[in-house]
Amino acid sequence: MNTYLEFEKPIEELDNKVHELKSLNDNAPSDNLLEEITQVEDKINETYKKIYSSISPWQRTLIARHPQRPKTREYIQNLIEDFFPLSGDRFFSEDKAILGGFGKFRGKTVLVIGHEKGHDTTSRIEHNFGMPRPEGYRKAQRLMKLAEEFDIPVISFVDTPGAYPGVGAEQRGQSEAIAKTTECCLSLGVPIVAIIIGEGGSGGAVAIGTGNTVLMLENSIYSVISPEGCSSILWKDNTKTVEAASALKLTAEDMLKIDVIDKIVKEPIGGAHRNPHRIIESVGDEIEKYLNLLSNQHGNDLKHARQERYLQIGRSGLFSDKTSAANTVLDEKFGKSGSKKRFFKGLLSRSILGVIAGLLFVGLLVYLFI
Amino acid sequence: MNWLTRTISKVFPRKKKSLDIAENAWIKCSQCQTMLYSSDLEKTLFVCPNCDEHLQIHPRIRFKNLFDGGVFEEIKYPSGFTDPLNFKALKTYKERFNDARQKTDMDDCFLIGYGQINNINVTIAAQNFHFMGGSVGASAAEAMIKAAEHSVTNHTPLIVFTCSGGARMDENQHSLQSLPKTTIACQMVKDAKLPYIVINTNPTSGGVSASFGSLGSITLAEPNALICFAGPRVISNTVGETLPDGFQRSEYLLEHGFIDQVVHRKELKDKLSQIISLLLKRVA
Ligand SMILES: [Zn+2]
Repeated sequence: MNTYLEFEKPIEELDNKVHELKSLNDNAPSDNLLEEITQVEDKINETYKKIYSSISPWQRTLIARHPQRPKTREYIQNLIEDFFPLSGDRFFSEDKAILGGFGKFRGKTVLVIGHEKGHDTTSRIEHNFGMPRPEGYRKAQRLMKLAEEFDIPVISFVDTPGAYPGVGAEQRGQSEAIAKTTECCLSLGVPIVAIIIGEGGSGGAVAIGTGNTVLMLENSIYSVISPEGCSSILWKDNTKTVEAASALKLTAEDMLKIDVIDKIVKEPIGGAHRNPHRIIESVGDEIEKYLNLLSNQHGNDLKHARQERYLQIGRSGLFSDKTSAANTVLDEKFGKSGSKKRFFKGLLSRSILGVIAGLLFVGLLVYLFI
Repeated sequence: MNWLTRTISKVFPRKKKSLDIAENAWIKCSQCQTMLYSSDLEKTLFVCPNCDEHLQIHPRIRFKNLFDGGVFEEIKYPSGFTDPLNFKALKTYKERFNDARQKTDMDDCFLIGYGQINNINVTIAAQNFHFMGGSVGASAAEAMIKAAEHSVTNHTPLIVFTCSGGARMDENQHSLQSLPKTTIACQMVKDAKLPYIVINTNPTSGGVSASFGSLGSITLAEPNALICFAGPRVISNTVGETLPDGFQRSEYLLEHGFIDQVVHRKELKDKLSQIISLLLKRVA
């Protein structure tokens, strides 16, 4: 059974038609039926192109959360051979919201970690909808340190609404767990390739999504807060999700523009859930490419490159301000006396230059006409 | 004449306005609701004389009381206004940001000071909740980097007072990516084998507690501060669990093993110099 999002409804009809025609053709094969099937399938593609040509950030959010979108478990099943799952944080418990284990990826041993949301009611509850408790993050730290010990690269799949907001999670230090996991990612001496495959929900996503390379699926989202949360806090209204999703600029394209991610992985027509095998293969190809690029680098270089990557994010524009850049120069020239600094800062400001230019101009007029 | 007053204020900028929140204002204690006169509060370091609640304090007033003789050098950090999302909800980000600058007389939510506490050179960064809820965006993240660099260059311990609701939604990713960025700041100080001391104040939550706020080599907290990842309201609204007594307050975190000591504001200075002296093996 397929699940159709509101804006996918036109597809549902066409899908049913294809289904019907195919069963007719199974009973009594005919060229006519085959041709008709091709026509409807073309129509499906066309309709998808039309839908996706004007897709809104809120619609992308819904695709990113689509119940049939491939989850970490499917990526592991299809990309990793010889997978050996590992459990527990060695302090408190196992947390199935984050999966982890060693296995072979295209011939090489890797560590895979990733949020798992589950695919039906039972498994969603089992995996806590992909919302980790501190134990999940501490397990991730344990496995990453193990990978470093054996010089094994890390692949991290990010897909979470966020870290779990619960009493127990808070008691056991959700904040500390997230902070230490990010710190662990940043200090690791082996390559980390992170891929946002669905929802990159805030700190709970960053904790295991801090890598040398960060990839993102075309219809995934990455945001410090959900559109729902943003709507209720900044609009003080629960219904402004469409506006909030647009304002937050949470799409892959937006992320690429500000260098938060390194590459967008294109999804098949209709989104990853229309053709899971295709997207899983594309993701595999990209991971392979980036792991190869990172494979010959020294541990320390990897660490430095990763830190540099994160230091650079958000810097454009910050240093151009007169209060900062100009000041450092002035500080050197005139020492750090506040009043002088402020005076020169004032002198530098555009409005002062404007006033001086204005006075000169008036002076010129007076000179010319008297 | 508006342009002229504006121009004049640029040539002769705001004088002594820095402690403006303390001037001529009645402040209501958030705990016992007593109305308190702000200049009286300054004498008690913004601790309620009636119920001992630690109210939010402007970093300049904090520094004045913390540094020997009230003397410190303010360290500037990159703080050009950037609005990558061109963000607008009910108000534009720019409006909210400018309001905050006006209200607090700060570049962003951090104030960085360099000076001595009990004759030990230290670098201190403190957040102001009144600057957009102490939320961290690109500029505040740079403040942490700047403070860390300053600490490493001058071989000073880095002391950070956290006070924040967490992320600055208006910057979305630049705010979210401040988690790794500020974590790097902590690593710089630790790599230089210098003490990184965090004091969690009311409130410390979300992205701040999930990054530099939880990474202290030593972690102290002011009494009764809310310290959490997800706030109490979020927890009761989304998962509907009942909250235990004292949940997410300093004393509760001390009991659960996430805080080294809960320290009264008037004792902080001596506590800080004590632990720094011990760590750096200074002869008193
Ligand atoms: Zn009181």
